[in-house]
Amino acid sequence: MTHTVNAPPTGLTGTDLLVTVGTVRELCDGIREVTFTGAQALPSFTPGSHIGVRWGTGVQNSYSLTGPCTDPDHYAICVRRDDAGRGGSAWIHALRVGDQVVITPPRSAFAPISVARHHVLIAGGIGVTPILSHVRAAVQWHRSFEVIYSHRPGQDALADELQNLCGDRLTIVHDVDDFWSHLTPILEDSVLGTHLYTCGPAMMIDAVAAAATAAGWPAQRVHSEQFSSAVATGGAPFAARLRRTGVLVPVGADVSLLEALLERGVAVPNLCRQGVCGECRVTVRGGRIDHRDFYLTDDERAEGDTMMPCVSRAAGDQVELEL
Amino acid sequence: MTAAAVFTQNDIENFPFPFPKDQYRYSANVEPTGQKASTVVGSWGEQRVVIDAHYRRELAERSRILAVDPTRSQCLPHMVPAAWDAMLTLMHELADGYPQHMTLERVIAEPASYRWRNALLDIDQTFTFGAADTLPTDPLTYICSQIQEDVVLLDQRDDQMWGDAGVVTFAADWSFGFDVGMSFLQIHGPVPRLHSEKIATRAHEFIKRLQPAQSYRRTNWTLTVDGKLDTSTETYPEWGKDRRTLAEGPLEDVGDRLFLRTEVQHLIRLPQSNAVMFLIRTYLLPFRAIATIPEWADRLYRVLEDLPVDMADYKGITRTRGPGLQWLRTHGPVVP
Repeated sequence: MTHTVNAPPTGLTGTDLLVTVGTVRELCDGIREVTFTGAQALPSFTPGSHIGVRWGTGVQNSYSLTGPCTDPDHYAICVRRDDAGRGGSAWIHALRVGDQVVITPPRSAFAPISVARHHVLIAGGIGVTPILSHVRAAVQWHRSFEVIYSHRPGQDALADELQNLCGDRLTIVHDVDDFWSHLTPILEDSVLGTHLYTCGPAMMIDAVAAAATAAGWPAQRVHSEQFSSAVATGGAPFAARLRRTGVLVPVGADVSLLEALLERGVAVPNLCRQGVCGECRVTVRGGRIDHRDFYLTDDERAEGDTMMPCVSRAAGDQVELEL
Repeated sequence: MTAAAVFTQNDIENFPFPFPKDQYRYSANVEPTGQKASTVVGSWGEQRVVIDAHYRRELAERSRILAVDPTRSQCLPHMVPAAWDAMLTLMHELADGYPQHMTLERVIAEPASYRWRNALLDIDQTFTFGAADTLPTDPLTYICSQIQEDVVLLDQRDDQMWGDAGVVTFAADWSFGFDVGMSFLQIHGPVPRLHSEKIATRAHEFIKRLQPAQSYRRTNWTLTVDGKLDTSTETYPEWGKDRRTLAEGPLEDVGDRLFLRTEVQHLIRLPQSNAVMFLIRTYLLPFRAIATIPEWADRLYRVLEDLPVDMADYKGITRTRGPGLQWLRTHGPVVP
């Protein structure tokens, strides 16, 4: 099979980083670790941070950084190939050593809580990636922590690294019964001031949060990060009316409002496309909003005059935007 | 003052004159960092951390204050990683800005170890990031003995910012020891007008959303008698009377005794701890130096004359602005 070197993607914006693939490693069936080195120094990052990998014009996937975070000489990500996805993970799986890639600088949306008395870290499948980064920091700063890593047999990406760092603070489970028989006593007995962090499929995050709530955990101590691809941007079609020009932009069922706007040539600044960074915020002049972001405060949602078009949609058939 | 400062033409050319208009009110006056701000006689702001001719004198003053009152340096236990993060960030900043005097070199990959050299102070220190026993003192105190800026570190949790660590020796009429551990909104509780105009909450939201490597700056100002850097609440018994002696003393002395004090404040999101580093750099210029620039003298006069009573009270200039205005009218190039 011949390999075509990916041309360096265009559209390098001000803060983007141009990096080179340093190593590619198959961790287990369908999961690859890719490391990047930079011509310039790579920024340090907060444990749990992600980068966006630009794999085509206007499209990027977010992946958690798994390596050391202090003035790192490389960035490492682990990518599970998702053949049902938009193509980003397949693109990354085709990368070879020496290929050039454009990435966004690290962003933090899943940081350890400094005042936690104990950290319970829960990883589901490839959701192990930010958890490994949390563990590195917990070991470095002598934090009290424990890890539950739930994965299918054989799909044990990064388990060795975790084992080396955690020792007996790591529990690996392979099925739902084991998972709950291990987690339930933790939810019932953890010292007050413990924080809970879950990264995995949406169903797992919801179930853990529900169990924690039932066990009396305050919401402020329960944190989660969904797989990047799990953010649902689709829904019923609607239209966006642009107030300044009167133009009506149709938004199909499978595209986000942001994508529809960009497609139409409306320049909306954007970064994460997951409703996390806040960059694409637009002012809304009319129409109800189906907020799906993780960025706006409850108060701001209640005001109803702003939305994040990368993930949020109209609740009715139209929104009017200050664009 | 403890160590007499000599103010030169350079101090005028580099002075961050804080008034863009004839009227001053509180606002969330933030702008991205690193851009040169031009004034009628010079410029400021090309670097976030600035070393100037007062470097050794101001560091000696900080060291003296810390020896007398160690509570000016505080780090709540959960802020230790943020303190290391701040130190490393400041070292990078200094090495980038002053390569002829400062270098930071990685000597071991893991655990991350560095060699730091500061030729201005004859420092050559090898340390391991996060290892307390590899530095002569805690990381925040260590780096603050090599920069003229005061530092406050804000932790982010529960959707709020908390002032949980810092080294503040040059506070203008406030007390870091009183504020440490408070939330951003608690710290700003006493400021008049800030809350009714929702400036504090907007600034708070803005800081919470700062991204790694993003940084913004703003200026603040007040008037200080005799150019004292330390006018903190703790030493009020020592400097409080200066405002009265200025007001009751001869008008001729005001030009040399009364200083416009500008704080250049930077907000920098720290990369590893997710804390926000707040830098406060104090610049002082006597009215006599300001009077050499007619545009500045005139602007300062209008601002002081217009400032509402509640703001003047909070800034602690109720006694001194009258003499300042009178001196500018009498000895400065100001036509009321």
